[in-house]
Amino acid sequence: MNSVFALVDCNAFFVSCEKVFQPALEGKPVIVLSSNDGCAIARSNEAKALGIKMGDPLFKIQEIVKKNHVKVFSSNFSFYGDMSSRVMETLKQFSPSLEIYSIDEAFLNLRSLPENELFSHGCRIKEIVKLWTGIPVSIGIGPTKTLAKVANHLAKKQSLGCCVLLKQNDIEAALRNFSLQDVWGIGSQWSKKLSYLGLTTALDLAQADSSWIRKTFNVILARTALELKGISCLSLEETLQPKKSLISSRSFGKPVTSVEVLRQALSYHASSLAQKLRQQKSTTSLVSIFIRTSPFHRHEPYYMNSCAIPLLFPSHDTTLLIKAVTSGLEKIFKEGALYKKAGVMALQLLPEDQVIPSLFQDKEGLIRRKLLFQTFDKLNDRFGRGSLVFASEGFRKTWRSKASLKSASFTQDWEQLPRVR
Amino acid sequence: MTQNNPRKRKPGAGRKPNPVPTKAIRLPLPLVNQLLDLKNQGKLDMGAIIPSRTLSSVPLPFFESRVQAGFPSPADDFSEGTLDLNAYLIKHKAATFFVRVTGDSMTGVGIFPGDILIVDRSLPHHSGKIVIAVLNGEMTVKRLKQEGDKILLCPENDKYAPLSVSEDEDFSIWGVVTNVIHPFS
Ligand SMILES: [Mg+2]
Repeated sequence: MNSVFALVDCNAFFVSCEKVFQPALEGKPVIVLSSNDGCAIARSNEAKALGIKMGDPLFKIQEIVKKNHVKVFSSNFSFYGDMSSRVMETLKQFSPSLEIYSIDEAFLNLRSLPENELFSHGCRIKEIVKLWTGIPVSIGIGPTKTLAKVANHLAKKQSLGCCVLLKQNDIEAALRNFSLQDVWGIGSQWSKKLSYLGLTTALDLAQADSSWIRKTFNVILARTALELKGISCLSLEETLQPKKSLISSRSFGKPVTSVEVLRQALSYHASSLAQKLRQQKSTTSLVSIFIRTSPFHRHEPYYMNSCAIPLLFPSHDTTLLIKAVTSGLEKIFKEGALYKKAGVMALQLLPEDQVIPSLFQDKEGLIRRKLLFQTFDKLNDRFGRGSLVFASEGFRKTWRSKASLKSASFTQDWEQLPRVR
Repeated sequence: MTQNNPRKRKPGAGRKPNPVPTKAIRLPLPLVNQLLDLKNQGKLDMGAIIPSRTLSSVPLPFFESRVQAGFPSPADDFSEGTLDLNAYLIKHKAATFFVRVTGDSMTGVGIFPGDILIVDRSLPHHSGKIVIAVLNGEMTVKRLKQEGDKILLCPENDKYAPLSVSEDEDFSIWGVVTNVIHPFS
């Protein structure tokens, strides 16, 4: 046997985070909304049982919510991020090689374990993560990442929450009843095309001729087919690839007409991007901004515009980014529009240590700026994000989106610690 | 970004009556425009142009004692770092949480309202430990006592009686309290 992967996936992750510090939510229907309190993005089993679907907009399910006293939360991403890092930290003791695949999923390499111990090991991982962090997880184990994903799907439906697919018979039996659409990397579009050709289950794809798939579709789908056969094509990506571009954008709580408020919002995004860049030791040399009105407004004309502003040299200096977005806004702002969303993107990212200093950056100035932003970031780490801001971001943040139902930041703020009697 | 400290001006910088030797260099286009702008505005100080080689990062020594009369401080040799309260108090970082006390049921062991408790969820919770328990959806701090099948949550304050947990109640142990942070004020 060549490789063994485990996929650990947190169950209803955002809801589970809320439950850890509010045990009274246990057994109750609970949902967490996307930013700006738009749609349900996490649901407890009890909420799923009421028929609330992933992505349902709040206004559509308002009646179910009222009638069944569904507990509704605005999302609190920085709190979920902290809980996520605790889960990942806990997982590291089980396998030194770990790929953090998303905020609530990780692949582990379990190659070194004997096959007959994998199931009990999986159950042990599940138990320890729940004990240490309070977060319930499901574990799927297979010879390829794609089969580990399939196993995880099945684990979610089993009471033990752990499923091993290694024996050929087990794999075939599982794939026979597994819809192609649920296979990792196959969207509804491909599964539709495949079904025209008579392939509807994962087993159909696993047994199809892979050179035919490559010719008819592409190499990516051929790879998926091989992975379903048990031939590992995708390896563990342990080192986090630094992102190729970064974005920060938000919908406004209520429509914005003033250029001043737009500038504040864009400055806020520029500042948070600069902070992220410094965190991942990267720089940008092209900043792009966009502003737009609501596409759903029937009586107002739709307006959307964007522009890209090159920086003089690759940088992660907040003031330079704010200057760039401010000058860009002057070019694309149109009077009289009801703006609903604005955002900033950092493009052409370059690792900090690969930047060739320009003739115009004097050495002392650079070192002073570096020190300034190290202090800036340290203060915000210590006293909470937004403790120290640039004045151009404004102080009232009138554009802020709705998050009226946000629970406490239980692990990140001394004032919001969980209370015990 | 490019302000120069006048005190640190390089000797011989600034405009000179005699032409100095020149060299062609390759620059990104936006920079060329900027360069010309600056030149036209008379803001271009040749002292600002430093060979790029000298601009790479400057590693700072970890121990930076003032060098006086050329002798480094002998204490640098014995530096072992500082004491880290986090490392002392937190053995399992991923499993450790802080909670705030609201009641007075544990004053007998020095846990007062307003105090912060350090709670480690990874520790085993046997009889005698001070734990955070969840009873019917509420988090509470008590001393855990197990006598046979019986589970007791014991306050440390004569005002309150021990709670006996019955089977039909919703009960679990949330974590084990390892320390209390109590300010004297
Ligand atoms: Mg999940």
